[in-house]
Amino acid sequence: MNTLPQQLANGLLLGSMYGLIAIGYTMVYGIVQLINFAHGEIFMTGAFGAFTVYFYILPDGTSMALAVPLMLIGGGIVAILIAVGAERFAYRPLRGAPRLAPLITAIGLSLALQEVVRNFYPHADRAVAFPGLDATHDIGSITIKDADIFLIVAAIVCMSALAFFVRKSRTGRAMQATAQDPDTAQLMGIDTNRIIVIAFAIGGFFAAVAAVAYGMKYGSIDYRMGFLMGLKAFTAAVLGGIGNIYGAMLGGLVLGVAETLASAYIDDIPGMHLFGGGSWKDVWAFCLLIIVLLVRPQGLLGERVADRA
Amino acid sequence: MIVRRSMVILTSVMATGALTLTACGSRDDKGGDSNGGGGTTLTIGVDAPLSGENSTTGLGIQYGAQIAVDDANKNKLVPGVTFKLKAFDDKAQPATGQSNATTITGDKTAVGAVGPLNSGVAQSMQQVFASANMVQISPSNTNPELTQGKNWQTDKKRPYKTYFRTATTDELQGSFAADYAYNGLKKKSVYVVDDKQTYGAGLAKIFTEQFKKLGGKVVGTDHINTGDKDFGSLVTKIKNAKADLLYYGGQYDESSLITKQLKGAGVKIPLFGGDGMFASTYIETAGATSEGDLATAVGVPADTLPAAKTFVETYKSKGYKGDYGAYGAYSYDAATAIIKAVKAAVDANSGKVPSDINALRSSVVDGVQKSDFEGISGKVAFDQYGDTTNKQLTVYQVTKGAWKAVKTGTADLG
Repeated sequence: MNTLPQQLANGLLLGSMYGLIAIGYTMVYGIVQLINFAHGEIFMTGAFGAFTVYFYILPDGTSMALAVPLMLIGGGIVAILIAVGAERFAYRPLRGAPRLAPLITAIGLSLALQEVVRNFYPHADRAVAFPGLDATHDIGSITIKDADIFLIVAAIVCMSALAFFVRKSRTGRAMQATAQDPDTAQLMGIDTNRIIVIAFAIGGFFAAVAAVAYGMKYGSIDYRMGFLMGLKAFTAAVLGGIGNIYGAMLGGLVLGVAETLASAYIDDIPGMHLFGGGSWKDVWAFCLLIIVLLVRPQGLLGERVADRA
Repeated sequence: MIVRRSMVILTSVMATGALTLTACGSRDDKGGDSNGGGGTTLTIGVDAPLSGENSTTGLGIQYGAQIAVDDANKNKLVPGVTFKLKAFDDKAQPATGQSNATTITGDKTAVGAVGPLNSGVAQSMQQVFASANMVQISPSNTNPELTQGKNWQTDKKRPYKTYFRTATTDELQGSFAADYAYNGLKKKSVYVVDDKQTYGAGLAKIFTEQFKKLGGKVVGTDHINTGDKDFGSLVTKIKNAKADLLYYGGQYDESSLITKQLKGAGVKIPLFGGDGMFASTYIETAGATSEGDLATAVGVPADTLPAAKTFVETYKSKGYKGDYGAYGAYSYDAATAIIKAVKAAVDANSGKVPSDINALRSSVVDGVQKSDFEGISGKVAFDQYGDTTNKQLTVYQVTKGAWKAVKTGTADLG
């Protein structure tokens, strides 16, 4: 059996999820040059928000066709509130501070969010079972689940909407202007604080979409789920060129496919048996990152930006 | 002003976070009501993962020991001595376990410790307890190296005389599983996956050796990282290898996701694992996809032991969290062994608690070595390596959404 199509599908699905989360890193970085390390936790709170809607608000036996949009809304609201709240109360007071200060704040916030969920959300100190979309479909030699279809459709719709928004809408253009030069943009009458809030909100919503897809695909969520996913998504954003939204999605896909193929095929190469398999996938993914950054320090689609620090 | 106010809010958020962190460090000071003034209070430490990964079974260990301590205090097992249990969360991490061990041995009222859950954590704790000459009894560690040394297959040598366990070893567990897979389930080609941890990798290795010896075929092997969630690539490899059984060495956190994704991809083969995945959380997370999956666990089922009946009732009536099913009874017996050793030391000292804590600790180590009593999990006694003499094992299978014992016996190493 040729497993390559299935493995590519596995990789692209994982990559779409990385890409959706990576958007949050890249948009915020593009506009305020801040690496929001708490973004992984915003993803996590989005998952718990969606779970709250499903488990505590909707009546038992609600069909998934109805539940999924409501979960997206619920998760989205929670993630956006936390993302915007983080910006307003944790990052904005430090806007003029040296770069290290907001970075440390982000790490602190990330720990605080994890602990708040662990201690105050019922039963969150271990894995929480999330409703899954487990019906499977065979397309040629590929088997995929409903949750996978949801993920791929959500990624395409979200990416297209974002591209349209940034290019065509007035706010989107204001966003580009702020990214280019916040001071001049402000002189031209753009409310940069509002633009920054919007960037955080979009990142939060995308993270919530990824979180719902994550929950339905893997069937469980926990308070630490944001750490590894956040780290991978951040890697994807850097790989694609941080600050570039298309780069974030491309970086996510490349990272997902690279991880999957590395874990699937490296140990078939003669002499490489010891360095293959699932436990080495992160090693190969980060090797790829190092190689890309050596050849193209600005990332796959990034542009070289003058350092403003 | 605005900046100041938001800083206040930020600070309070951070402070809340910090407080909750410290709160989990001190959550366990409630155990052991003091009865009778003037008596001596002795502490028994318990170390297990109480939050995050493995915490379901970890909490079972904590409360199993708690019930033993409460029983001893209630029955005045050692006159004039009140036992207090102090729980430590190692988060399944060796470094945290080691620092907990240091805290326990530094406590001048501590006489012994129960735990940890994970073999990998135990490795980092053994030396600390040995240096303090304090007894440590694990209710669940199964890696053979812990008691029989690095070269346990050829040259058994006990590394630490302060370390004991009430669980049997993976040498027996892995062989028992291989035997059941080959002869009981009639599976001939197996795919073996482990999580590279001391426990998981060791168990998978022993299973593989025994399965091959019996005539079975290993059609593929892979290793994963703990904490991984996406096993799409692994599942495709297993599907392609046409295995009729998946053996997994590791904990339920990963295996529940593997079985879910495996069956989601249309691969309807059972997953077979060790006692690390024998937990109700496994079934809760994997849902219907766990049906038919198997796990070996040390000992006989807790609810079939007549002596364990009161224990199970107490556990339930107190509303304790976690799962007593896997190690609760073993943890109870481990704590009881320490308490009985203290009693022996007190008796030998003409009914008084030895005033020198080091002398007491040392005689407790000797006392535990000589343990010989009927515990709630069976006979409690230790051989020259510190291993339990109770070699019972049970295979459980998920049947209609619950673990059901399908075979109990002792491993045949022939």
